[in-house]
Amino acid sequence: MMSQMIIANRLIDGLVIYMGPKGEWVDSIDKGAVFEDKQDAQRWLIMAQQAVEDSVVVDPYLIDIDTGGGENLPVGARETIRAFGPSVRTDLLEDAEGNGG
Amino acid sequence: MGLIKEGKLVNDPFKNVSACDTVPAKGPVIVSIDQWIVRRDDLLKRSSLIGIWLKSDEHPEAIAGDLVHLSLIALEFPSFRDGRAYSYARLLRDKYDFSGEIRAVGDVLLDQLHFMVRSGFDAFEVESEDPLGAYNIAAADYSVWYQQTGDGRLSAAELRDKGVRR
Amino acid sequence: MYRYDEFDHKLVQERIQQFRHQVKRRLSGELTEDQFKPLRLMNGLYLQLHAYMLRVNVPYGAITSRQMRKFAHVARAYDRGFGHFTTRQNIQYNWVKLEETPDLLAELAEVEVTGIQSSGNCVRNITSDHYAGRIKDELADPRIYCELLRQYTVLHPEFSFLPRKFKIAVTGSPKDRAAVALHDIGLRMHLNDTGKLGFEVLVGGGQGRTPIIAKTIREWLPPEHLMAYVEAILRVYNLSGRRDNIHKARIKIIVNQMGIDQYRELVDQEFDRIKGDAKGIPEAEIQRIKAYFAPPEYEELPDFTDKLNTLRLTDKTFDLWMSSNVAEHKIGGYAIVNLTLKAPDRVPGDITATAMDAVADLADEYSLGEMRVNHRQNLVFVDVKQVDLHSLWKKLGPLELATPNLGQLTDMITCPGLDYCNLANARSIPVAQDINKHFVDVDRLIAIGDFTVNISGCMNACGHHHVGNVGILGVDKHGTEFFQLTLGGSSDEGASLGDRLGRALPQEEVPAAIEAIVDTYIDTREDDERFLDTYRRIGMVPFKEAVYGSVDTKVVA
Repeated sequence: MMSQMIIANRLIDGLVIYMGPKGEWVDSIDKGAVFEDKQDAQRWLIMAQQAVEDSVVVDPYLIDIDTGGGENLPVGARETIRAFGPSVRTDLLEDAEGNGG
Repeated sequence: MGLIKEGKLVNDPFKNVSACDTVPAKGPVIVSIDQWIVRRDDLLKRSSLIGIWLKSDEHPEAIAGDLVHLSLIALEFPSFRDGRAYSYARLLRDKYDFSGEIRAVGDVLLDQLHFMVRSGFDAFEVESEDPLGAYNIAAADYSVWYQQTGDGRLSAAELRDKGVRR
Repeated sequence: MYRYDEFDHKLVQERIQQFRHQVKRRLSGELTEDQFKPLRLMNGLYLQLHAYMLRVNVPYGAITSRQMRKFAHVARAYDRGFGHFTTRQNIQYNWVKLEETPDLLAELAEVEVTGIQSSGNCVRNITSDHYAGRIKDELADPRIYCELLRQYTVLHPEFSFLPRKFKIAVTGSPKDRAAVALHDIGLRMHLNDTGKLGFEVLVGGGQGRTPIIAKTIREWLPPEHLMAYVEAILRVYNLSGRRDNIHKARIKIIVNQMGIDQYRELVDQEFDRIKGDAKGIPEAEIQRIKAYFAPPEYEELPDFTDKLNTLRLTDKTFDLWMSSNVAEHKIGGYAIVNLTLKAPDRVPGDITATAMDAVADLADEYSLGEMRVNHRQNLVFVDVKQVDLHSLWKKLGPLELATPNLGQLTDMITCPGLDYCNLANARSIPVAQDINKHFVDVDRLIAIGDFTVNISGCMNACGHHHVGNVGILGVDKHGTEFFQLTLGGSSDEGASLGDRLGRALPQEEVPAAIEAIVDTYIDTREDDERFLDTYRRIGMVPFKEAVYGSVDTKVVA
């Protein structure tokens, strides 16, 4: 079943983040808010623009998500790689201190 | 917006009419290159100072022969990423020996101040709540540079040659 | 090796200070992303798929062991434990944090390394021959002029906002190991009729969407006029290059549009105006820089070749490595050792922090504390004593730095691709790894001989696919990765662009296609022909038929 999420880079460290259910920003795709309704998604994207103006995030956009398997899986290679790390080094999603992932 | 000339916040004596239909009878004016071409004789008959506003695709060679009549050239940055004005300024100073005011107008980003100064600009329209403050911060950014640009400031190589130690 | 004096240090410190302040203004919102982006790019900081990527210059590919240790430290302290060497002799870190970048740059500055102008619409890293100063076929050491050009172009007031990026490469040898014909300005040192050393100046080369081999704008230019001539080229480009479309903004486009003759006329006019000026680099400055590149104090060593040959007879793997990775040094008793970062199961061009530290130690022990990186993403130790070759080789093996594949099929140039890069359409690294799995037999690789495979994940061609003997370009067809192959490219003094083989192939068919191409070459080659020679002799048809089963490649055989 096709839904959407909002993805962006966090300004301060560049890491990939997702808009969460309360309009906060989360670093794991499974914690992100899933929008079933396209208009809903557009509304939240406008709110994400505020985060751009507040210098919190850069380049937020909507991505298509398949929630069929019980997980949030991006449709398409680019967003899959953004969510789970380089296909050749998935160990790298954690940073040096073991955060993220 | 403030005009910084030779490191000081000054009032602008020039009236920019480059986008207007009429040119006032008296007083220093800045006109567009088209207005200059059309109204050249009238403008020369006035006893006031004349400046020309060049857009980024207007090469100063078009007015090279008339520089003796001009006190000011305003070089426009439509976006600070459009770097043609740096070459225009260099050519005005080095090739055409223009010694009047070269003013940076438009999207003037003070992070580029050193580039502009060393290319021959000596006046800047600064968009800021504190134009002089912002200017002074930017002016202190660099004290060393590698290239000579004909502005007389010594490059690192020249300083080394003179045996100057930092 | 050039060493910073207080002027160089001061300039870099001031640049870092300015950047620190710019980062602060960005984080506070005083600068928007639109305003900040060109500023951070001019320090080499990109925002990529996963995080910020920092590109660090390695001027003309030269690295000291001290710098390599700092690269390792940065990888550990600011990144995720590794770095990536690129096709422009730079190193990239993929996971840096914006707020930490000023500190990172300050640390790099301690060892005289910067990210200044590694991106942005300005003159980028000046690249060169990785054997500079050490190889017999060289007429003069190009690094002196690279350093002069580096200083000339860093924070140049007039040329920091060009229509687009600008890349310069220099070779001091008629054997072009720096791909100069694929650069915006290429400089080839050579002797004129009276035996005087000067530069052939080439202009308007490049890859990307519109690959073009550079054209000669000046047959021979005396070295004392180099800066003035480069200035004239840059000034004409700054004023005439297109600014309406970023895909048409490089100098190659305007040179093609005007024609080389008209471009030359404009440049020569400007050059004639400025060359007579008293301004120019003081002779003392040229001599000062030359002194840094003086050859080291070599020992008088006997030739060790016979003893090496004996060793080679007793150890096949050592023999293989000697054949492929070791080049002849101009000084007797010494050798040049290539360390390919292309081990079969590794990501091409990547190197871990641990390996970086180990390489630094080995450089100290075996190669006078210095090394080079080349545009094929490999490292080079340029001053190894022949008598040390075997013991060095034994230490390189466990580090996976002794893969005997220099210039062979598995020594692939591979861009980071969709695994890392925002611009990519397809992943390039898995393609390289796949091909590696199919070409395991070392004897076969030797039999194939010189064979370059270059892989790019998009049309920007950072993997130099246009000039690979086999080029592979990743494309996106309706959300699936496909790969377009080209044949017959070359980046050396006989530079040529590859020809399209046929319709793009899905990823799983690429290794078999390479096999078919290789088999066809082996079957048809004459004498000692390299693949490139065979291709140039017999043309595309036999290869098309081998890969697609017919000349009409749209038909799926």
